[in-house]
Amino acid sequence: MNTYLRTGALAVALLSLAALTGCASQPKTLYHWAGYEEQVYEHFKNEKGPQEQIAALEASLQQARARDVTPAPGFHAHLGMLYAEVGKGDQVRQQFETEKTLFPESAPYMDFLMRNFEK
Amino acid sequence: MPNISLKTLLVLAALSVLGGCATPTPYDYSAFERNNPASILVLPPVNRSPDIKASYSVLSQVSYPLAEAGYYVLPVAVVDETFKQNGLMNADEMHMAPPAKLREIFGADAALYIEVTRYGSSYKVLTSEVAVEAHGKLVDLRSGDLLWEGKALASSAENQNQSSGGLVGMLITAAVNQIVNTLSDRGHEIAGITSRRLLTAGIPNGILSGPRSPQHPSRLANH
Repeated sequence: MNTYLRTGALAVALLSLAALTGCASQPKTLYHWAGYEEQVYEHFKNEKGPQEQIAALEASLQQARARDVTPAPGFHAHLGMLYAEVGKGDQVRQQFETEKTLFPESAPYMDFLMRNFEK
Repeated sequence: MPNISLKTLLVLAALSVLGGCATPTPYDYSAFERNNPASILVLPPVNRSPDIKASYSVLSQVSYPLAEAGYYVLPVAVVDETFKQNGLMNADEMHMAPPAKLREIFGADAALYIEVTRYGSSYKVLTSEVAVEAHGKLVDLRSGDLLWEGKALASSAENQNQSSGGLVGMLITAAVNQIVNTLSDRGHEIAGITSRRLLTAGIPNGILSGPRSPQHPSRLANH
């Protein structure tokens, strides 16, 4: 019991330290984040048009594919929303479906969005 | 096979990271562990500061810590759109929406209600400083249980010479100082630090790791 406790505590402590100090290199994140939160903020600020936001997100997507890392949760859904804004209807559903495939937790909301998009 | 509670491991982790600081009182995570949410709906934050940018500034920076903590985070801008299309035009109205309705439309396991109490230099004491403070409440949309409550503050006035929270404090203070020197949208950058302080998993009294995290009990090797 003591061995497990020590090992468990040590593992959590080391992981915490590793995450906080970053060790020598950048700690790996679960997802690819470059550009997503920035474009979310841009969307809220409404200073740049959707086309410019789309371009930035598509570039981030290319980067994610090149690194074989999943884009952040919500990324594809957000891109789908932007495609709807610029009238690229055929790509909207594709993005929502991709979000659903990557993150099954999103299914109820993605289904809701797709139902409302068709109206 | 011994069963070590996540709470015990978190307390030990907090002790090992904070070193000589006082031992924090362990938070009661029983409701959190029992409900075990996988997805989080972040509602646009209610803004109690004079700066109208506050709500969206914070909202656009919460996805990172929550998703990296192991939760599916619903797309915050799309969620905001959905609220508006359904006639709820501001955060105060959105926060009044019945949890059952939120569960029905968004399908999320839990909802995060954030209140931004400070954004920018709204206090005389801090005239030359930028501070962002936010409070968060995580409520389960299935059971109605309050899973977690917390708050965080970040300020451009944080001093390198002050020892605040050992290793964690030193790192965050260094980041704050660097940001102040290099960027003009200070409020937004400080809000990013506040969001991370509020919603990083595994810190003392912080949120627990979610199911997608390697730290979640369902994925730890010795569970």
